Amino acid sequence: MELTGAEIFVRCLRDEGVEYLFGYPGGAVLHIYDALYKQEEVKHILVRHEQGAAHAADGYARSTGKPGVVLVTSGPGATNAVTGIATAYMDSIPLVVFTGQVMTHLIGDDAFQEVDAIGITRPCVKHNFMVKDVRDLALIMRKAFHVATTGRPGPVVVDIPKDITAHKTSYVFPQDPTLRSYKPVRDGDPAAIRKAAAVLAQAKRPMVYAGGGVVLGNAATELTELVRWLGAPCTNTLMGLGAFPATDPLFVGMLGMHGTYEANMGMHECDVLLAVGARFDDRVTGDLDKFCPNARIIHIDIDPASIQKNVQVEIAIIGEAGLVMREMLAALKGAGVRLDEAALKAWWHKIDAWRARHCLEYDRANTEVIKPQFVLETLYRLTGGDAFITSDVGQHQMWAAQFYKFDKPRRWINSGGLGTMGFGLPAAIGVQLAHPDATVACVTGEASIQMCIQELSTCKQYDLPLTIVNLNNRYMGMVRQWQEFFYQSRYSHSYLEALPDFVKLAESYGHAGLRIDKPHDVEAALKEALGQRGRLVFLDFITDQTENVYPMIAAGAGHHEMHLATDRELA
Amino acid sequence: MRHIISILLENEAGALSRVAGLFSARGYNIASLTVAPTEDPSLSRMTLVTSGSEGVVDQIRKQLNKLVDVVKLVDLTDNERIEREMLLIKVAAEGEERDEIKRLSDIFRGRIIDVTDRAYTIELTGDGGKIDAFISVLQPRRILEVVRSGVIGIARGSITVKPDAP
Ligand SMILES: Cc1cc2nc3c(=O)[nH]c(=O)nc-3n(C[C@H](O)[C@H](O)[C@H](O)COP(=O)(O)OP(=O)(O)OC[C@H]3O[C@@H](n4cnc5c(N)ncnc54)[C@H](O)[C@@H]3O)c2cc1C
Ligand SMILES: Cc1ncc(C[n+]2csc(CCOP(=O)(O)OP(=O)(O)O)c2C)c(N)n1
Ligand SMILES: [Mg+2]
Repeated sequence: MELTGAEIFVRCLRDEGVEYLFGYPGGAVLHIYDALYKQEEVKHILVRHEQGAAHAADGYARSTGKPGVVLVTSGPGATNAVTGIATAYMDSIPLVVFTGQVMTHLIGDDAFQEVDAIGITRPCVKHNFMVKDVRDLALIMRKAFHVATTGRPGPVVVDIPKDITAHKTSYVFPQDPTLRSYKPVRDGDPAAIRKAAAVLAQAKRPMVYAGGGVVLGNAATELTELVRWLGAPCTNTLMGLGAFPATDPLFVGMLGMHGTYEANMGMHECDVLLAVGARFDDRVTGDLDKFCPNARIIHIDIDPASIQKNVQVEIAIIGEAGLVMREMLAALKGAGVRLDEAALKAWWHKIDAWRARHCLEYDRANTEVIKPQFVLETLYRLTGGDAFITSDVGQHQMWAAQFYKFDKPRRWINSGGLGTMGFGLPAAIGVQLAHPDATVACVTGEASIQMCIQELSTCKQYDLPLTIVNLNNRYMGMVRQWQEFFYQSRYSHSYLEALPDFVKLAESYGHAGLRIDKPHDVEAALKEALGQRGRLVFLDFITDQTENVYPMIAAGAGHHEMHLATDRELA
Repeated sequence: MRHIISILLENEAGALSRVAGLFSARGYNIASLTVAPTEDPSLSRMTLVTSGSEGVVDQIRKQLNKLVDVVKLVDLTDNERIEREMLLIKVAAEGEERDEIKRLSDIFRGRIIDVTDRAYTIELTGDGGKIDAFISVLQPRRILEVVRSGVIGIARGSITVKPDAP
């Protein structure tokens, strides 16, 4: 029996095991929407803006490890999705995004709602495909999922002209999605692994720097085992939080621009650095000339292009983080050596002294104004560290990263590479759909939340009981902080006048809203919101306007050149 | 340093723009780029000449290899190789200059492929150095138009650039 392209599209999604499709209709995809209407297996989630569709699919992907799937129409549908695609690209998140396209014979004619979606998305996708014949549709879709989810994951766009979705052909789910030109490596080179193990075994001041690749590669267990065997301090990047349990004494916190003193000093003074699934981002390394001046560096990454890109490393191992770390631990155990115990003890002595500086200290006892850190500490305590936390971008994001201790991977959902304001709320939609019984909180700021605020309507439609933690400082705080430090407090366009009444706004979308402006009401409000299993509660915390994120390494400085806080000296 | 890189590319619409886009997006140099289908119609062969520090060229190779349309990449710089470029050049040729230009063309093993009473069009192949030399002996005042193909290259001996066996 022959099926239309639209029917094949839906069958393929089903056979691929797709649970949710995040989308928004329009002319070019109406045949597909009609096919969706006639079935119940693939659930379509109607967002309110295509950027929201991409972020929601992204949140779904980050929290499950499965690909997020998006469907948008041609022209403005595709362009609206671009920010979401680029966000996923920068953080290596597997998405498959289907964009409608004008009829094949109209392509290139400036037809109604035509854009060159392939051209526009090319620099921010892992790969993209244009379907030119309905007989290719199923295989292209299969390849799209294969490319998005294997190797270093990433978004893949499939552009489908409208006539293709009407044409008919027979359907078989293609068995083999492989491409001759695409063969991601999995196993690391055994000789390099042995060499790395030997270097690690000699370390006197070892340090493990683990990033998003450990989360993406589901290698948290292997990382935890390896670090514990070594007895070495472990730091995570912003993207790696949860890859190693934050409550483990070996964890020294996040590193980089807003990382802890102990993590950054550990980087500066270590003699062997094991980097796993981390890409030496400039927010992490600071001044490259001052980066890890004393260390022999081992780097495990699945993408050869991540290796020797910013930092020259001595031993490079290309492969899946989990497989490589398992082999590395086996090699270490097999060699029957342990790290020099006395040296390790002295090293921990140093680290403990750095820790004793309590770099994340803040005015906890303040009873007048709400300190944003206090809200997050309370959120952590009340959820037992077991919630899914999505975040927007700004100071609130950094405080969430510093104060919520993630013991498990895929619980911390934020845009690190692109730093996309507007990510938090739609991402939380994807997370909550994937984990209907879990507590999902979106930590945001009054500027970020307004970038995708329309998704409150989506939350209503699907009854998503999110807790929105709006740290409302009436400033683009992160921008204000930079202007305070580097532009002599000239707060150029970083103050938000004419803010909406978020409580009324939430209510008008059919949700509950609470405004909290006293520290002693913080806990009760959070409890109230978290206890509401049936509805979304928007908590508008009026926080200290002048609070800054510390510690901080100014762009271009080294790890040992941190600012701890205004009233505390340069470290 | 100058590098000459051979690439087998899926012969598909958009593959070339992925390569070109990569170079512009990441700020890499392209000195020249040539591309045409091979004996296997599903593959194109591209020769790319670029330059940069070893670190940059290492990234260029890795980023190119990452493109899903790139089937095989070989940096010919490390091999004994043959490089060729074709030149089509139109030069003013009048009076006693006509003999002089003909003689120069012969010395360089060029061929005059079009003649008018005021101009010659000459075809010449060779490596870039030879072509540069020919252009310079012709002197700017005579040159009406220059068309260069960009470099193509092949390794000497039995080394071939082929897709890996599946
Ligand atoms: C306001 C703001 C402030 C920031 N401040 C900081 C900061 O202080 N500290 C900080 O750390 N970041 C900070 N960031 C984030 C920063 O911009 C980067 O996004 C982040 O540091 C990158 O993390 P990563 O190195 O873990 O790489 P990711 O982007 O997570 O990349 C993952 C790496 O792992 C590899 N990989 C993927 N899968 C596998 C696998 N299966 N096996 C092996 N390898 C794999 C990939 O090839 C890649 O190299 C900030 C961002 C914002 C928006
Ligand atoms: C889409 C987008 N535009 C601009 C920026 C630059 N930017 C980074 S943080 C920030 C301010 C965020 O303000 P808010 O959401 O209130 O968070 P706060 O820093 O106050 O906690 C801005 C404008 C960005 N990251 N994303
Ligand atoms: Mg703010």
